[in-house]
Amino acid sequence: MGWFHRRGWRDLIIGLPYLWLVVFFLLPFAIVIAMSVATKTPTAPPFSFGGAQPWVNIETYHRLISEPLYLRAFLISIVNAAGTTLFCLLLGYPMALALTRVSRSARNILLMLVILPFWTSFLLRVYAWMGLMGKSSWFNAGLTEVWNWLVPVSWAVKSLPMMHSNFAVVLVMVYTYLPFMILPLYASLERLDPTLDEAALDLGSRPWQVFLDVTLPQSMPGIIAGGLLVFIPAAGELVIPSLVGDASTPMIGRVISDQFSQARDWPMASAVAVALLALMVGPTMLYSHYQARAEGAK
Amino acid sequence: MADFLRIEGVSKSFGPFQAVRDVTLSVEQGEIFSLLGGSGCGKTTLLRMLAGFEEPTSGRIFLDGHDMAGVPPWSRPVHMMFQNYALFPHMTLEANIGYGLRHDPLSKAQRAERVREMLDLVQLTPMAGRKPHQISGGQKQRVALARALARQPKLLLLDEPLAALDKKLREHTQFELMSIQARTGVTFIVVTHDQEEAMTLSDRIAVMDCGQVQQVGSPTEIYEYPINRFVASFIGSITSFEAEVLARENGTMRLNVPDFGAEITTRDGNFAAGAKVTLALRPEKLLISKDRPLGNAVQGVVKDLAYFGKDSLYRITLASGASVQAHAVNQRRGTEAQRVADWDDQVWLSFDPSAAIVLGA
Repeated sequence: MGWFHRRGWRDLIIGLPYLWLVVFFLLPFAIVIAMSVATKTPTAPPFSFGGAQPWVNIETYHRLISEPLYLRAFLISIVNAAGTTLFCLLLGYPMALALTRVSRSARNILLMLVILPFWTSFLLRVYAWMGLMGKSSWFNAGLTEVWNWLVPVSWAVKSLPMMHSNFAVVLVMVYTYLPFMILPLYASLERLDPTLDEAALDLGSRPWQVFLDVTLPQSMPGIIAGGLLVFIPAAGELVIPSLVGDASTPMIGRVISDQFSQARDWPMASAVAVALLALMVGPTMLYSHYQARAEGAK
Repeated sequence: MADFLRIEGVSKSFGPFQAVRDVTLSVEQGEIFSLLGGSGCGKTTLLRMLAGFEEPTSGRIFLDGHDMAGVPPWSRPVHMMFQNYALFPHMTLEANIGYGLRHDPLSKAQRAERVREMLDLVQLTPMAGRKPHQISGGQKQRVALARALARQPKLLLLDEPLAALDKKLREHTQFELMSIQARTGVTFIVVTHDQEEAMTLSDRIAVMDCGQVQQVGSPTEIYEYPINRFVASFIGSITSFEAEVLARENGTMRLNVPDFGAEITTRDGNFAAGAKVTLALRPEKLLISKDRPLGNAVQGVVKDLAYFGKDSLYRITLASGASVQAHAVNQRRGTEAQRVADWDDQVWLSFDPSAAIVLGA
């Protein structure tokens, strides 16, 4: 290990990931921040600094706050992402818990099944969902049957208008991000000591009380990790709302993309991106804080 | 029905494997009863059946007159102290001890009072607000004990209670356990593989092997009057020899021991003349001397000697090549030259007729 501790080597090896971060994250992000305070011009590239406007032009941020389009998009994104996170948690928790309770061989197969969808192109899977949700699919027909059976006759429909709705967006996002919830949950549940469950049963708690008192509190780090892994990409999701979403309820990723490529308002696209990042930093910091505290407790 | 805990013909199978075979035991109220045996002997499975984590394949368990069949763990007046203590890591010691009390119809104040009593009992009051990872192993053991005792169980199950502690702490904790048992009067069932632990803690011991109870008795009975070779060799150490019963007369037996090349006398046993038996001798029951003593004696050469200070262990090889262990207390103070025997000395080993254990072959 002597070579590692020679000054140059160690600094180089520790420095490499930092260098990577600086070149491919911090620098581009600095450019985005700079663009967000530039002024939109009909030139190429479509922005400039200074000119008739001040060097640092905060007019874009002003518009971002005052124009309801942006606020609404942020709100829709957060609601959709929060809904996606909630459904992923409700679906993923029992799955992760079941993974820890089955035999080792069954567990490996089931874990494989959780990861298996990643082997197919993401776009292909979204297209498959579009097919399923379309008016002529067996999936839609089946759900329509159920719907018509459940609701009064006056509400009956020929087929459910699933495509191009917020419902479709959340459904496909839940499908896409579910593994990101299951895996961290499984990792934290798998570490729990099963004799703790027995101890709680032994002390008079029924199985559901054991879950609430022992399992749930101890899996909090997994819930938070899974929640962030789903919430953050879901809030900025572009492809899914573009393909299955409704143009009248745009999510923030769609707004960034539209501002950038169609309106050619690069400063606005950048400002929205900066605001989105600022919004995401909050929960991440919270997570780091929680994790640091949990580490300190060990 | 007078027995406090009665285990009646209980068996437990896991697939083709029979972990516990037809165990029948009864335990009195207020007893410290140990299940002693090596790993895989079925003692832990039996304990888990008492706790309600496993249901017997056949047989029944009665606690204080109630049949425990089908009673889930959370409804049994039986609490367990787990081998790894199983303290809830996310709760303070206070919350750990009070956990089970939430299921009792107590007011908040009564509950707090009970937790305080338990903290007092195990002398951990100043640590009430700490979390399990902030305390030592011995303290964890005491919290686990307090938690299991808080609801005043009829039966306390202790799974290898001292196994995770270091030697010094074990001795101390052992006496503490006994004193807490005496003060609370709760019946203790202790599972252990450590014969010394079982001997000092228990009122009675059940020695188990291969899922079956081999012998039940007080520590003295088990040690001095083992009923078979397994019990004799599991508890303490023995040297055993093949022997044949020659005759029975006046409450004694004459045995021929080929390894001794001599006949010996023992107390009468339930064997007919001509029966093949095993003669088992405990090291501390053998006397070493330079001159031939009267009675049972055999000559040998000291091949090995371990000096422990208070006593010494000798390994003596007989003329037949068999090797015998003998323990001698170093009663007199002296130098190496002054001890009973030294390497390569010719010595006589002798023993009282009542000291020899005669078992079926």
